[in-house]
Amino acid sequence: MKRMTGILAVTAALLASTGLARAEGELNIYNWGNYTSPEMIKKFEDQYKVKVTITDYDSNDTALAKVRQGGSGFDMVVPSQNYIPIWISEGLFLETDPGKMGNFSHVAKEWQNPEFDPGRKYTVPWAMGIVGVVVNTDVYKGDINTWGIVFDTPDELKGKVNVVPEMTDVIDAAVLYNGGKKCTGDLAILKKVRDTLVKAKPNWVAMEYGTIQKMGSGDFAASSDWNGSAFRQRLANPAIKFGYPKEGYVNWSDNLAVLRDAKNVENAKLFQNFMMDPANAGMNSGFHRYANGIAGSGEFMPADMKGAPEIDIPAEFASVGVPSQTCPPEVQELYTKIWTELQK
Amino acid sequence: MTDMPGTIEAEKSRDIRKRWLLSLPALLIILLASTGPLLIVLVYSFLTPGPYGDVQWLPSLEGWIGVVMEKDIFDGTFSLADAHVSIFMRSVMLSLATTVLTLLVGFPTAYFIATRPEKTRELWLFLITIPFWTNLLIRTFAILEIIRNEGLINGLMLKFGLISKPVQMLFTDGAILTGMVYVYLPLMVLPLYASMEKLDFRLVEAAYDLYATPFRVLRKIIFPLVKPGVIAGSILVFIPALGAYVTPSILGGGKNMMLGNLIELQFGQGRNWPLGAALSITLMLIVMAALLVYVRNAGSQGSRHG
Repeated sequence: MKRMTGILAVTAALLASTGLARAEGELNIYNWGNYTSPEMIKKFEDQYKVKVTITDYDSNDTALAKVRQGGSGFDMVVPSQNYIPIWISEGLFLETDPGKMGNFSHVAKEWQNPEFDPGRKYTVPWAMGIVGVVVNTDVYKGDINTWGIVFDTPDELKGKVNVVPEMTDVIDAAVLYNGGKKCTGDLAILKKVRDTLVKAKPNWVAMEYGTIQKMGSGDFAASSDWNGSAFRQRLANPAIKFGYPKEGYVNWSDNLAVLRDAKNVENAKLFQNFMMDPANAGMNSGFHRYANGIAGSGEFMPADMKGAPEIDIPAEFASVGVPSQTCPPEVQELYTKIWTELQK
Repeated sequence: MTDMPGTIEAEKSRDIRKRWLLSLPALLIILLASTGPLLIVLVYSFLTPGPYGDVQWLPSLEGWIGVVMEKDIFDGTFSLADAHVSIFMRSVMLSLATTVLTLLVGFPTAYFIATRPEKTRELWLFLITIPFWTNLLIRTFAILEIIRNEGLINGLMLKFGLISKPVQMLFTDGAILTGMVYVYLPLMVLPLYASMEKLDFRLVEAAYDLYATPFRVLRKIIFPLVKPGVIAGSILVFIPALGAYVTPSILGGGKNMMLGNLIELQFGQGRNWPLGAALSITLMLIVMAALLVYVRNAGSQGSRHG
């Protein structure tokens, strides 16, 4: 009987060990993959004697679903701006008030009071970018500043175009291409969108995320893509250029927040403040190759980022960018149906 | 007569109780870890989707209706969910094709191993299991590296002047099938080998002595005797192939959904968990139906021999 109790006790201990509280001096960040400068993390670890653990996610929905269930064990998360109102309304963030932190004055003016987090009560800018197109200009010499690359593919690119399978990004692009507004519920526009997509798909070779590698290796000659990703591709092959679709494109940003059930709140706050320091934000941009919304961080970025065509938006295209925002559930449902039909 | 049986019985029941108590932790884990989540999936399939993922605790049949019917978003008419049916058919056809191909490749392989001298068989079996040591993703990416435009095959063919520009092999149906057959082949070979090992090769010799052609020997002697292995292998390949989506996504380019992708979409960007749950259970029901066919076949096989 004694042995039995022992077995039960061991079982119970095994079950319980997964829920043990973490030791002091730690910080657990839940972030997109390939998005955090290891060098910058090392600096933070040395400066504050904190051990940082980074866990990757691949989509906003994955991150939201995992944290929402509770007990994730993460302290911080970096969702996109269109998801932030959902996180806030569900009470998943801790109100850390970065707007009152020491380094807040470094945040660029246009990012100090964003619509998705008025007064910056929860979040700190991490990175911001654009959804556009990349084209290998050795293969196609024409105008690349259009969604036509993807939706009315020129002959040279037929069968070599990839589309990154972010449902909302792709459908929004098709909406803008057809003269609609982002997150539209207008069925006349959506019908055109569906027809555009269905007609375009035979010219695509794939719908994948791995554009950096496959554009480099020549498996793709064009793709829908993010500007930071385009930057990395150009560094590998100068012929790969980023196009700003003149029909309109979506501006997005990812922002760093502390979770309500964080165990290392003080370290997390330190990290939020740390990220608003131009030197650190610049170092991080040098890794992920996006702009970061921190004024004066430019001088801490690698020299090749200065005046990079992917980061400095040309004046003629600046006005057609629209901010990324959450689509209402009923629009999301329409988008999902079109998406399913596209891939059936 | 009065005392002894009582003590033995008491001893026996104590023994039984002890066994139950000892296996209790394992049983609890099995119950909690396998049945629990399934029950949650079942319950979720009858709820209402939350606005941004998750579920609302309002009972609804929408999820189940959505599996087979769809409301056209443009004219509002209800019809058979044609997109779901074609995705479903694609998964089933791919699984069937994978099963048939692994059988065609696996049968001679297993036969070859079973007919080697006993000492070398282990080595051959060992070679078959080597791919299992590596992660599925890595194996799939290895195939990708071989067949991509600047990969091994195209590179060699260009070098020897057999072709003037790379042949597009990646992102085709052929690429998907190659990957699936490679990944699932061991699951076919091992059960086939298990039944062939028991095959009495004197029967084969006898058939040859009676002037049977090789094909006839295969059809009339070998195949009926190893049928349980064929069925077990087919089931082992067919079922996981039905839910596969990593291999089709990586090698096929992800332009067309598999059942697995459709389910994933509902839990992710689609934000319709009840539909996703209902689709998962539908998939499970199909798998169970396939298993039932297997059990019935295996059962009749057993009774004939028994």
